[in-house]
Amino acid sequence: MAIICGKSVPEADGKKLSEYIVSAGYNAGRIAVEYNGEILPKADYDKTVIASSDDIEIVEFMGGG
Amino acid sequence: MSRINHMQYLEGMENIGSEIQDKVITAMNGYDPEKFTAADVRNALDSDICTPENYMALLSPAAEPFLEEMAEKAMKERMKHFGNSVYMFTPLYIANYCENQCVYCGFNCKNKIKRARLNAEEIEKEMQAISASGLQEILILTGESRKYSDVEYIGEACKIASKYFRVVGLEVYPMNSDEYKYLRECGADFVTVFQETYNSDKYEQLHLGGHKRIFPYRINAQERAIMGGMRGVGFAALLGLDDFRKDAFAAGYHAHLIQKKHPHAEIAMSCPRLRPTKADETINPRDVGERQLLQVICAYRIFLPYASITISTRECERFRNNVIKLAATKISAGVNVGIGEHSDSADKGDEQFEISDPRTVSEVYKAIEEMGLQPVMHDYIYV
Amino acid sequence: MDDKLILGGHEFTSRFILGSGKYSLDLIKAAVENAGAQIITLALRRANSGGAANILDYIPEGVTLLPNTSGARNAEEAVRIARLSRELGCGDFVKIEVIRDSKYLLPDNYETIKATEILAKEGFVVLPYMYPDLNAARDLVNAGAAAVMPLAAPIGTNRGLCTRDFIKILIDEIDLPIIVDAGIGKPSQACEVMEMGAAAVMANTAIATAGNIPAMAEAFRKAIEAGRTAYLAKTGRVRETASASSPLTGFLHD
Repeated sequence: MAIICGKSVPEADGKKLSEYIVSAGYNAGRIAVEYNGEILPKADYDKTVIASSDDIEIVEFMGGG
Repeated sequence: MSRINHMQYLEGMENIGSEIQDKVITAMNGYDPEKFTAADVRNALDSDICTPENYMALLSPAAEPFLEEMAEKAMKERMKHFGNSVYMFTPLYIANYCENQCVYCGFNCKNKIKRARLNAEEIEKEMQAISASGLQEILILTGESRKYSDVEYIGEACKIASKYFRVVGLEVYPMNSDEYKYLRECGADFVTVFQETYNSDKYEQLHLGGHKRIFPYRINAQERAIMGGMRGVGFAALLGLDDFRKDAFAAGYHAHLIQKKHPHAEIAMSCPRLRPTKADETINPRDVGERQLLQVICAYRIFLPYASITISTRECERFRNNVIKLAATKISAGVNVGIGEHSDSADKGDEQFEISDPRTVSEVYKAIEEMGLQPVMHDYIYV
Repeated sequence: MDDKLILGGHEFTSRFILGSGKYSLDLIKAAVENAGAQIITLALRRANSGGAANILDYIPEGVTLLPNTSGARNAEEAVRIARLSRELGCGDFVKIEVIRDSKYLLPDNYETIKATEILAKEGFVVLPYMYPDLNAARDLVNAGAAAVMPLAAPIGTNRGLCTRDFIKILIDEIDLPIIVDAGIGKPSQACEVMEMGAAAVMANTAIATAGNIPAMAEAFRKAIEAGRTAYLAKTGRVRETASASSPLTGFLHD
């Protein structure tokens, strides 16, 4: 099962990353994605299919000093 | 007769770039001493930190009426950074052969003087005599001659000196960083190079031939010495060759920039004035009277509070005694600037200039104590 | 006025950098506007799914975003966060914050220097947050930092200029802008550090925890401007000593 933001997300396996982002309610314009330790360019969201061994971080800006 | 281009490196001269050189020259060219006012001087005296701009004010004619206050401020800085210590040393000229043609200097290759070079045995004899006087720091000097005082010769002198002295300074011709590295390994600690004047046009008129003619090679010597591992470097302008205020500014600013770039390096200033030589007794310091000289020395102290400042035997006993309390921290004693005069050997070679303070080491030592200061022979040991 | 703050080639007229932590989002806009801030820091965290509000929607247009690497415990993590932040399209600025002490939140100068060197080479405008140490500051200059950000006191303590003397040393010796960050609790402290010659002030807690956030932001703005103006006017100093009674220069013959 793919791990996304530190949690196992079985329903993500096999989905296109761009689809997962929409279904999970992320705003694609406000996030960055680290895909198996590498930064994934936005242009590749549509080409990437989530595999069960993947480790994905989705990050955004928050308030901080 | 056309002379070689004084701004162009000769073959064999290491070129480390001109970053600091450019900054010094640009700043000096932008310095108009006449433009500074009493208010600028007041501001400089009241500031805790002396900026380059403040330094310019302190060197300007407008600061002359403030000399007493400058002396006070200088003395405060001197006490803060050096306490009562006055370092003692002596210069030793081991050779006076010279290929340079410097208009104002006794060693000018065109001057008919007695040329000499001490061999290793004679050097050791001189150093033994000096060491017996109690001094622990020596300054080795030569004229510029790669033929008669080559780097190996100087290196041998350093090795001998390390046997007798704890601090070995060199005031010899500028060389490449690998040569400085070699001399460091032979025992040299410090390298002093007098730029004479930072005005390259004036410099060109005064240094007519020989390697010294090359202005950028000389001005970058200190940095090459540090690259070669030398513990510290010394700077000076020969006051009176050109506009002494601008030259003093450039010398101090040069030291300041080197210190910023190489924070570990120890910095030393000297403040020579033109003095009569055998060759041309008409040379006299037109603008640099004692007041102006004191102004420069106090400005050096205020701008570079951590730097060692040497007062040379070009000045008389009265001036030297007083200035070590106010601003200078290093003084020579038992000085003979000819070749081979410390030991019993007859006067082998002629001197570079006339000295004005012939006091012995114990006389100077006593004078320092009587002023309430503490003579120090050395402050460093190798472990 | 020609007195601009220049960071990595970018010009700013405000010398007040605002932190964005500890606020309610709806107050951020007012704080930024009252502070006159042109730079605001942000943190990078795991995204909230489910359409929650994003801070970028609350920051007025034209304000430069300064992501920080808070959360990083070493250089490697700081570099990772910086690269991800840049991927979010906020520009090239990054504030390096490497903290592996969770009690006092003091920065690790050594890891900060390492991260600065890597990120500067990648074209980031690096603003490193550091403990005021002259040697570390020199290393940061050599590593390619665009400014140096020494702390005044531990983060969030509002204790003011505990490191005053060491900040002064950095101002005197380091040629980069010195931006004092962390620990400033009152506008008067911000004013004092600007009078000393700091290039800018960063503050967060003091404003975010104030009773009236927009008013406090404005007070800081005015204090920082006042301090800067005083610095440029070159404050006169009171002479502490009277002249020596017997002249030191009486020995001169000329």
